[in-house]
Amino acid sequence: MKTLKIKELSKNFGTTEVLRKINLEIDEGNFLVLLGPSGCGKSTLLNIIAGLETINEGNVFIDDYNVSKVEPKDRNIAMVFQSYALYPSMNVRENMIFGLKQAKTSKEKIEEQLEKVSKFLQVDQLLERKPSQLSGGQRQRVAIGRALVREPRIFLFDEPLSNLDAKLRVEMRREIKKLHQQLKTTVVYVTHDQTEAMSLGTNIAIMNHGVIQQNDTPENIYNKPSNTFVADFIGSPSMNLIKGNLKENSGDIFFVASGSNLEVPIKDYDFKDKSNLNNKEVFFGIRPEHIFFKKLHETYFEITLRADLSEYIGHEQIVTFDYANQEVLAKFSSTIKIELAKEIRLYFDLTQASLFDAQTQERI
Amino acid sequence: MQDSLQSTYKQLEQKSKYTNIFLRWFLYFILILFASYFIFPLYVMIVTSLKTMEEIRQGTLLTWPSALNFDSWAVAWGGRGYGAGDTFLKPYFWNSIKMVVPAVFFSTFIGAMAGYVLTKWRFKGDKWVFLFLLFGCFIPYQAILLPMARTLGVLGISNSVIGLVLVHTVYGIPFTTLFFRNFYVSIPTELVKAARIDGAGFFKIFFKILLPISAPIIVVTVIWQFTQIWNDFLFGSTFSFGEAAPIQVALNNMVLSSTSVKEYNVDMASAIIAGIPTLIVYVLAGKYFIRGLTSGAVKG
Amino acid sequence: MLKWLEKNLPKIVMAPAVGLIGWFVYGFILWTLYISFTNSKILPKYELWGFGQYSKLWASRKWLISVDNLLIFTALFLIFCIVIGILLAIFLDQKIRAEGLLRTIYLYPMALSFIVTGTAWKWILNPTLGIQKLVVDWGFENFTFDWLVNREMAIYTIVIAGVWQSAGFVMALFLAGLRSVEDEIIKAAKIDGASLFTVYWKILLPMMRPVFFTSFVILVHISIKSYDLIVALTQGGPGISTTMPALYMTQTAFHKSQVGLSAASAMMMFMAVAAVIIPYLYSELRRENAR
Repeated sequence: MKTLKIKELSKNFGTTEVLRKINLEIDEGNFLVLLGPSGCGKSTLLNIIAGLETINEGNVFIDDYNVSKVEPKDRNIAMVFQSYALYPSMNVRENMIFGLKQAKTSKEKIEEQLEKVSKFLQVDQLLERKPSQLSGGQRQRVAIGRALVREPRIFLFDEPLSNLDAKLRVEMRREIKKLHQQLKTTVVYVTHDQTEAMSLGTNIAIMNHGVIQQNDTPENIYNKPSNTFVADFIGSPSMNLIKGNLKENSGDIFFVASGSNLEVPIKDYDFKDKSNLNNKEVFFGIRPEHIFFKKLHETYFEITLRADLSEYIGHEQIVTFDYANQEVLAKFSSTIKIELAKEIRLYFDLTQASLFDAQTQERI
Repeated sequence: MQDSLQSTYKQLEQKSKYTNIFLRWFLYFILILFASYFIFPLYVMIVTSLKTMEEIRQGTLLTWPSALNFDSWAVAWGGRGYGAGDTFLKPYFWNSIKMVVPAVFFSTFIGAMAGYVLTKWRFKGDKWVFLFLLFGCFIPYQAILLPMARTLGVLGISNSVIGLVLVHTVYGIPFTTLFFRNFYVSIPTELVKAARIDGAGFFKIFFKILLPISAPIIVVTVIWQFTQIWNDFLFGSTFSFGEAAPIQVALNNMVLSSTSVKEYNVDMASAIIAGIPTLIVYVLAGKYFIRGLTSGAVKG
Repeated sequence: MLKWLEKNLPKIVMAPAVGLIGWFVYGFILWTLYISFTNSKILPKYELWGFGQYSKLWASRKWLISVDNLLIFTALFLIFCIVIGILLAIFLDQKIRAEGLLRTIYLYPMALSFIVTGTAWKWILNPTLGIQKLVVDWGFENFTFDWLVNREMAIYTIVIAGVWQSAGFVMALFLAGLRSVEDEIIKAAKIDGASLFTVYWKILLPMMRPVFFTSFVILVHISIKSYDLIVALTQGGPGISTTMPALYMTQTAFHKSQVGLSAASAMMMFMAVAAVIIPYLYSELRRENAR
């Protein structure tokens, strides 16, 4: 039994397709993050799960019940919003118990829940205040509390941290993580911030143009992006994608960048399909943090590139190199002195490299 | 258990579907009911104006005229052609135009300049100056009628269109200032700073930079002032009579004149003529009209 | 000199507006205030006469009737405008087809002058040929509807026409208020299981407190100043049964030539408006400063 299952779901607003044949499953206790640029359909998907948006095609199942046409209140879900959406005319207590009251829960049960949750979230001192008298972080806590008291099967979070300032955001992120660890609830969490996604999710579904690009663990998303979009979207600076061709030479496979003769050996790479590799047009992907200044490991591949630009960002620096007229970025410790306009010997960790078909943009 | 749950969902769905359909019908019923309350007088005005007096006496408010008869419109606009006691709207309509155009222009211009200074050339106490002007939106004009009448007399412009232009310009300033101030507040002051660094002066900044982007608020202000001044009766009836009267005063006089038999069709035609300019503006630029209403809401 | 001019240019530009308002608003109000303490008849006299005009005013039967009328009118006008306005705003907020058209219909009376409104309603309420005849024609032969010429009821005809003119405006204010509420609040309420009624009653309407306040102030303001509508509809009649302060003031000044008494009545109106407006301005200013 899956806690949440989405089958062949499509949605359009008029003629614009917002979601295209989405399939998604979440196990009990998992934390799924929907990640993508704005307009990718992630918020619409969340609203559909909540029942706030109708479906054009496909179905949503919660605990194997088809809830596609069930009212939001009967879906056993709770939602935390970006703007917190606290009712301004009610105080914290009234805000938190409003849902229970609508569900005609007994007074004792309401009080019990309220006490438990408000203590847990440390808002028990704020119960008589109005939302306008709370700080951003406090409002966030109350909004989470309002969701918690209902003890829902699934928590839905819609960009809950994006209205907070940078410092508070990191703090609240850790609290949400703790909350999930303690309560082991099932969560669907929408964000456009990859750090948030990486640090919170047990699973991340990356979306673009209404399609799920990859749904995987954070590690796989980072290490084995399934296409160039994911490769480019995750990481900062994002993965270098170097255009070139594959060459097969007596069983061994090499990558040759366009405009260069250097053969980069592709050893132990887990190809999906080993056939027809010779002369295939590909992108060779390597993350800036997988390019090194020193040969730390036997398998590192040595390459000499010209340094063009160095950006100092505190503990690190980002250096731009020229690889046969293509830009390659690398991240080094800022203690390393880089001489610009000079050829510099570098080492690629090829075990971390990815290859993408230049036509389909898919991982090969 | 799964099945029973699914069927409960089904039942819930069905039930909410029926209540929803019922509620929707009820909703539209009420909305249309009120729409007819609001449209009813306009309908009555139009039909009545097209009927003959004979038809009016025989039929009811709602009966459709037997023929489209514009005679009463002609009478309302141009009179019957006999001399004394023949009141008709044409000259007063022009009075109103002659009054409205300059009054709208001057009050809008003064308000724009005031709004510009109050937001972009702030000085010590500017908030108090704004409050000082704003208060003028709220006063009941009865409190200034007596001295105004005397002042117009002293200036020798009582009972004249010029006098009314002055009155409407002055009492429009608080509103126009309010509109422009609230609009210019939302325009980044960086724009003015950049222009000053580029060497533009006070007037150049206003005419070359702010005025060209002020179109929406100018429209709002002009529509507001036009409607207010066109529809004014208090000032018109107090400070003018006879030939210099604006249209609302003339309409009222026509309707009240009890010289002959009441001609309701002519009354209605006159009322429509007096109301048509503002109605046209409302239909064409309703959005701006409403924006003026909600931000200049303070006046009646 | 030129330097001084340049530096003070903004203030110089501001001067006409400030000067005109200072003279024509504040100066004139002070003049009216002064005159209200004199025994001026046709022409203003400048010797002080104390509170004589005020005691005369409050002893005048006509003034008392007009204050009574004002209270009745204001109460009914407020209640009906706000109830109808809120109702229409909430109903229009339900994703209604042809919302634009309906909104236009509800609001167009606001574009008409009170004289036009009064003229139209005077004809509709005409005791022989108006609504009465319409209903009699429908078969209710004993139906009479003579409010316009009935001393007891005439004041309500002014309410009917006034509500017709202004209810749409309240609707527009509330609709704008409702539309400015964040979508997420309504979503949160849906998830919390609130019915549509609860959403409006418990969440949205309490959030509309500033709109209530604004509507209240504007409507009271309109009603205190109402003059044109009465002139067009009843001229204060039958007899003096529909007189209101604004009408009393102009009649006393320009027909009865009792300038001092009329100034006193004008000052009473001024104070009534100030009592409503000053708290309003104060709270608006505080809200703006809080931002």
